Amino acid sequence: MTAKADRKRGSPAAAGAAAPNPTSDLNADTQRSWLRQMLLIRRFEEKAGEAYSLGKIGGFCHLYIGQEAVAVGTLAAMRGDDYITASYREHGHALARGMSARAAMAELFGKAAGCSHGKGGSMHLIDASLGFLGGHGIVGGHIPLTTGMAFAIKYREEDRVAVCYFGEAAVNNGAFHEALNMAALWKLPAIYICENNRYGMGTALERASAIYDISERALSYDMDREVVDGQDVLVVYQAMQRAVKRARENKHPTLLEIRTYRFMGHSMSDPIHGHYRTREEVEEHRKRDPILVWSEKLKADGIIDERGIKSLDADVISEVEDAYRFADAAADPEPGELWTDVYASGGTA
Amino acid sequence: MAVITYRDALNQAIREEMRLDPSVFLMGEEVGVYQGAYKVSRGLLDEFGPMRVVDTPITELGFAGVGVGAAMVGLRPIVEFMTWNFALLAIDQVVNTAAKMRYMSGGQISVPAVFRGPGGSALQLAAQHSQAFESWYAHIPGLKVVMPATPADAKGLLKSAIRDEDPVVFIEGEMLYNTKGEVPEGEYLTPIGVADVKRAGTDVTLICHSKTVSVALKAAEQLAADGIDAEVVDLRTIRPLDHETVLASVSKTHRAVVVEEGWSFAGVGAQVVDVIQREIFDELDSPVLRVTGADVPMPYNKHLEKASKADPPKVIAAVKRVMYLES
Ligand SMILES: Cc1ncc(C[n+]2csc(CCOP(=O)(O)OP(=O)(O)O)c2C)c(N)n1
Ligand SMILES: [Mg+2]
Repeated sequence: MTAKADRKRGSPAAAGAAAPNPTSDLNADTQRSWLRQMLLIRRFEEKAGEAYSLGKIGGFCHLYIGQEAVAVGTLAAMRGDDYITASYREHGHALARGMSARAAMAELFGKAAGCSHGKGGSMHLIDASLGFLGGHGIVGGHIPLTTGMAFAIKYREEDRVAVCYFGEAAVNNGAFHEALNMAALWKLPAIYICENNRYGMGTALERASAIYDISERALSYDMDREVVDGQDVLVVYQAMQRAVKRARENKHPTLLEIRTYRFMGHSMSDPIHGHYRTREEVEEHRKRDPILVWSEKLKADGIIDERGIKSLDADVISEVEDAYRFADAAADPEPGELWTDVYASGGTA
Repeated sequence: MAVITYRDALNQAIREEMRLDPSVFLMGEEVGVYQGAYKVSRGLLDEFGPMRVVDTPITELGFAGVGVGAAMVGLRPIVEFMTWNFALLAIDQVVNTAAKMRYMSGGQISVPAVFRGPGGSALQLAAQHSQAFESWYAHIPGLKVVMPATPADAKGLLKSAIRDEDPVVFIEGEMLYNTKGEVPEGEYLTPIGVADVKRAGTDVTLICHSKTVSVALKAAEQLAADGIDAEVVDLRTIRPLDHETVLASVSKTHRAVVVEEGWSFAGVGAQVVDVIQREIFDELDSPVLRVTGADVPMPYNKHLEKASKADPPKVIAAVKRVMYLES
């Protein structure tokens, strides 16, 4: 009991941001591109929130604001032919993977021009050509899929990796354990990325999990693990590089616990701070906004200045505005589309 | 033509498809070293090795998901459930992922997986091991549900299921594995979605599937002694349901009894009755009746178990009622 009581949840700061981090192997363009990607996700999500309030987006809509460095840093360490699955909080991953803001926004609007032709929506952004295989709505349900994709990679003797993003609440779900056990048992090239944003809806980690250090779950499966500061895109990238190397070269799976924080409510129907967390807590975490952290670092390294940041921001804002106009003007799916894509033959049964 | 068991017919189907297509693999509990809980996979590990005949931990949700994930990126898994009772732990993957990926992705992703294993009751296995779940899966758009009754259909339908681009729930009869019949060697495909008239008749149609095909055939034999000529339609595929064959038969006989092993509420028979009354109401000379398993969990005691099952006397009684020979 004492061991557990002593084991406080780590703050992102405690997770490894202390030492100065050399960026020498990264060229300046790459470093600026990460800032641009994070800004794009931020502005996209803000616009999605606005569109939701106007009734242009329906259903559930889970914003990624605050967690941008996780998607951008991890995806930067991957290859174009790797396989990706994510939860319903996946707009950021889709954009960082290279899905156009137009295709993503149009999907949120339910339009035929959306990446899933309006049949998936916010929770099911999918682009098979990008290896972006969802966008899944059942907590934990997609984790075994990634194990299966990693199995297929090994079966075909390829050197891709399969990567899965899920929240910290998913680790209490049986699918997580079953999936990780098989990946470790069979030595599969899979990377399980737990985005620990501290809450599953309104339930804090400590109210749902018997241990607070999620990465320790990997010990049960003799799997490599790391705890990563999710507010620093460079730290995320470097941890992911190590995990990718283990997976690609040695077929060793990894559990990465990336500590981050969601700045918005659980979904658009949930206020930013409700009964489960205080305004002060959110404000405290906002001080380590991943965009701010990275901007400061780039400025300190002389890679960009304030004007450069403003111009990047203006650039992504116009990209997002264009996506919004595109999605708004795009056509709904034809009524007949109701009946297509149920079976390969096209018809229903 | 060789006479082989239902079990060996399934084995042949898997073996032939694995030889033809390197992307086909088999996974499940005890499928490899142990040679299959019901010996369907006998000899496959030796021929294909452990990468293609994969022994899994007892982790139904997990390995069903592994199968679906592998199928999403182009493999053709045959996921064996030791029995469909245990597949309840995996139903999220079958229903929420396998059945829906094509639709949710706007047609981008196929899940060409087969989920197979024995369903229904055996003998005195009690409530948790004796259940027929076909109506659950048949309820789901995106799934196909196939249930062969004979060795030949077992082979032909399993080969078709493995080649199908959609997820197929393939429910074998636990009590049918030892039954024997003629099975064509080599390339032999039975189309999914086509019922089969297992006995031609003129007076009444018995609609059945899987294990209840033999129940209906036995009932038909005894009815013949009473001068009643029953036609037996084996659905073979529950979804897509072959309306044409069912309606043609009932249009001819004007009377029907639907026989199934499962519970009555929202069962397969309910769907069949709906189709008949909707499409050919005017052809009917009497209401369609159903014979189902008793609406209770399966008891262990063998007399109670027997009383719970759809059997020839119950079918005969129902036939006499639709013929107004008994009330
Ligand atoms: C199996 C399942 N149970 C419940 C839900 C409803 N639900 C959706 S998201 C969520 C919280 C998940 O939190 P977490 O995994 O930490 O991800 P986050 O939302 O923080 O990104 C819940 C309970 C669900 N979608 N699936
Ligand atoms: Mg969370």
